[in-house]
Amino acid sequence: MSVNYMQAIRARYEALGYTPYRWYEADDTPPWTAMRKPLAAARVGLLSTSGAYVRGQVAYHYKDDTSIRALPSAVPTQDLRFSHITENYLVDAKRDPNCILPLAQLRALRDEGVIGSLAERVFSCMGGVYSQRRVREQVAPAVLEGLRAEQVDCALLVAM
Amino acid sequence: MCHQTVCLVARHLEANGIPTLCLGSALDIFSAGRPPRATFVDYPLGHSAGKAFDPADQLAVVRAALGGFLSLKDAGAILRLPNAWGDEAWRVDAAATRGEDSRQPRDETPQFQFASDRDAALASGALKA
Repeated sequence: MSVNYMQAIRARYEALGYTPYRWYEADDTPPWTAMRKPLAAARVGLLSTSGAYVRGQVAYHYKDDTSIRALPSAVPTQDLRFSHITENYLVDAKRDPNCILPLAQLRALRDEGVIGSLAERVFSCMGGVYSQRRVREQVAPAVLEGLRAEQVDCALLVAM
Repeated sequence: MCHQTVCLVARHLEANGIPTLCLGSALDIFSAGRPPRATFVDYPLGHSAGKAFDPADQLAVVRAALGGFLSLKDAGAILRLPNAWGDEAWRVDAAATRGEDSRQPRDETPQFQFASDRDAALASGALKA
């Protein structure tokens, strides 16, 4: 049985005296864009919500930070860093970034021919943004612009 | 919260012509947020791309997740991976309805992982003194 996070977080916040959080609950059919080419020919983009940044970049802050970072997909693993409002979920990622940011995996799958190519720059954000309006109006358009500039055929979005 | 964010971003990308696949480990948030395509791996939060220091598992998770681009044909469908974490004790804490707020204070200054990262950001010009 998978964990019911929405219920647990609602109850935890209520017990702490916070206003109940209103989770996004879709009531429509999701939009759909068909794949235009086989995965083995596709240029794949990536977004990670883990708050990943590269040493030399500015870290994220904890209060609904809606900025994004472009990370070179060839970045050495030892140059990867993280900052996120839920740092408690990053204990393992800070020792092995590939458990949340699958760059080594995507490079291996590219070399193997499973995906056609990997975008030169991949993207990160600090996914712990409570304002759904700010995600829609700030994060999503910035990610779209970045992925378009990378001319990707499809995008993998990894949640933390 | 990150799962909700990817649902919203995926919907925006998909509405603008980019096929997406969300990979995560909170099935209920994906079920509510209904991204166009999703893959669920039943691991503790923070391990959506596989177990730490287990490159074989990491590769298997991402390979299987990407398979969703081909196998998922209906908008909102979720591919569930068969991978098991092993020790299931983590579920108790994850589902707890009582406990301290584990989040960091909502500060608006950059929170560098290492103090030396701040120096590197200053040196690169990304951070203004």
